[in-house]
Amino acid sequence: MSAREEILGRVRSALAGSPDPGPASRGYRRIMETADVAPLLCERLADYKAEVHRLPALEAPRAISEICAAHHVGRLGVPPELRIDWRPGSVDVIEDHGLSPRELDGLDGVLTGCTLAIAETGTIVLAAGPDEGRRALTLVPDLHVCVVRESQIVDGVPAAFAALGRLATRPLTFVSGPSATSDIELDRVEGVHGPRTLVVLVIR
Amino acid sequence: MKGGFPEAARRELANPQLRANLRNATDTIRAKRARVVGELPDWEELREAGRGIKADVLHHLEEYLTQFEAAAQAAGAQVHWARDAAEANAIVVEIARAHGITDVVKMKSLTTDEIHLNAALAQAGITALETDFAELILQLDGDWPSHILVPAIHRNRTEIRDLFARTIATRPLTDDPHDLAEAARVYLREKFLDARMGVSGANFGVAETGTICIVESEGNGRMCTTLPEVLVSILGIEKLVPTFADLEVFLQLLPRSSTGERMNPYTSLWTGVTPGDGPQEMHIVLLDAGRTRVLADEVGRVALHCIRCSACLNVCPVYSRTGGHAYGSVYPGPIGAILTPQLIGVEKAPTLPYASSLCGACYEVCPVKIDIPTVLLHLRAKVVEQHSPSAEGLTMRAAGWVFRGRRRFEGAQRLARFAFPLARLLPGPLASWTKTRDLKPLPKQSFRRWWAGR
Repeated sequence: MSAREEILGRVRSALAGSPDPGPASRGYRRIMETADVAPLLCERLADYKAEVHRLPALEAPRAISEICAAHHVGRLGVPPELRIDWRPGSVDVIEDHGLSPRELDGLDGVLTGCTLAIAETGTIVLAAGPDEGRRALTLVPDLHVCVVRESQIVDGVPAAFAALGRLATRPLTFVSGPSATSDIELDRVEGVHGPRTLVVLVIR
Repeated sequence: MKGGFPEAARRELANPQLRANLRNATDTIRAKRARVVGELPDWEELREAGRGIKADVLHHLEEYLTQFEAAAQAAGAQVHWARDAAEANAIVVEIARAHGITDVVKMKSLTTDEIHLNAALAQAGITALETDFAELILQLDGDWPSHILVPAIHRNRTEIRDLFARTIATRPLTDDPHDLAEAARVYLREKFLDARMGVSGANFGVAETGTICIVESEGNGRMCTTLPEVLVSILGIEKLVPTFADLEVFLQLLPRSSTGERMNPYTSLWTGVTPGDGPQEMHIVLLDAGRTRVLADEVGRVALHCIRCSACLNVCPVYSRTGGHAYGSVYPGPIGAILTPQLIGVEKAPTLPYASSLCGACYEVCPVKIDIPTVLLHLRAKVVEQHSPSAEGLTMRAAGWVFRGRRRFEGAQRLARFAFPLARLLPGPLASWTKTRDLKPLPKQSFRRWWAGR
């Protein structure tokens, strides 16, 4: 008998005669009592040590240039389809057409958009869309600059999953602050393997 | 486990450094957890939903497993089934060999620790590099995990500095955690960039879509599951959730219970193979290794609800003193005390169900409401059934006979006052009872006698 048949057989006999527990009760909140999601997202992102800027959309290009200068970015990776007006003229912009891991490692930073953001948890969700690129692009470089439109912010986790439903099988990455470890005496250290600096621009 | 929990616990308790580290760590994380759990007005409703979803998963496990398999295959993943540890390890070895791969990068996975995957790979000439910060520490020192979430909780910064200085450091190190994290980053980055095969566990598998979900902090998990050409994810058959939307419950419960964060830094979800993004060959190993044995026990099966958050360890008065090694298993603490004996057989871990004061703190913090004390009692009953008549059983039977008759009881009371000094340290097998318990002094006379002479 194959392992598959045997395991499924064991499952069947283990459960023989057990009563059906019925469907789970779902009394949790689907809508949060959050009047204004943008300030909450900014606060929660900053709480986990992301650098957060909130500004009008028209000011985004200038802000991105300034951020690149402040973080000494010379080579900035972008998804090939990232909108042109966000790309700063002041740095070397490199489109990711399948860069190797070592080439990605040679970038000083990466600029992307996102699919949505969750205010209550301070989370940005990347879904490999045209503005976001593939997963490795936002992983290997040490700085991630991410633009969030206010219209992309949802209040809580259930709203995020409702919105992500049709994207469920795309590669998804939930980012909440820069990478971190608490393995040394539970002292939180920001910055291990993922980008050590996360900069979020919330634009309206 | 030779000598069992009591003997191992005594050894661990004699290490003051360990106790200081544990106390510091568990106090910190308990406070963090309480704060972020307190932020959610619907925490109890989320727990109930989590419990209900897991109960439903177990009850319809066959259906969800086949659904998961079909969806993952449709998305380009290859699905394997493993009856036991040896079978799972052989599958991973085979995949590596097929590609001529001799080095794999691994993210932290209790499941792979449970099946001793690294040892099996080593035997086949394949080096498995642990990339989680704590697991790296343990691997470099030939040590093993003592906590589900913070596996090197028993090591302090100075010990880690000394270890790194001996092994991976390329320059002098201080014991500042930032400096230590930097040393690990530099060392591992090269390995990630060259890695051809990654191995991961999984926090959740989604039956509806065939999606795998991993929850982490450092980004090493993203590295292992994104950069290599080949990826193998090993998951216990109980790790499924029915639908993608069910994750909205567990991604609220898990980070808050585990690291005490509203959300962990990185959660990754992927489904099979995505052209141009991540590994182009994806394997999933569905592991039994005793889980169906746990499933067959109507009381004990709730242990399979566990989402490995480790909140129960941090609140446990026993764990916070003995640490994880005393449990002799990759699953320590209260959850380990009910999971390990069931996975490997009660007869092989008969002392673990007793590694608890039954205070119930674990049940209160459990994000999926596993009633650990009830399962502990259930397993204790099983241990007793296998070991009768014990000294304790015989004593209790004798006590029952004395308590049934008034004369016998009064006689015993008189005798007890007389013999009390002797009873504080009983001889022979009875000593194991008195050694660890204080006997309260008896009053000068019994209530009945006082009443009669009033």
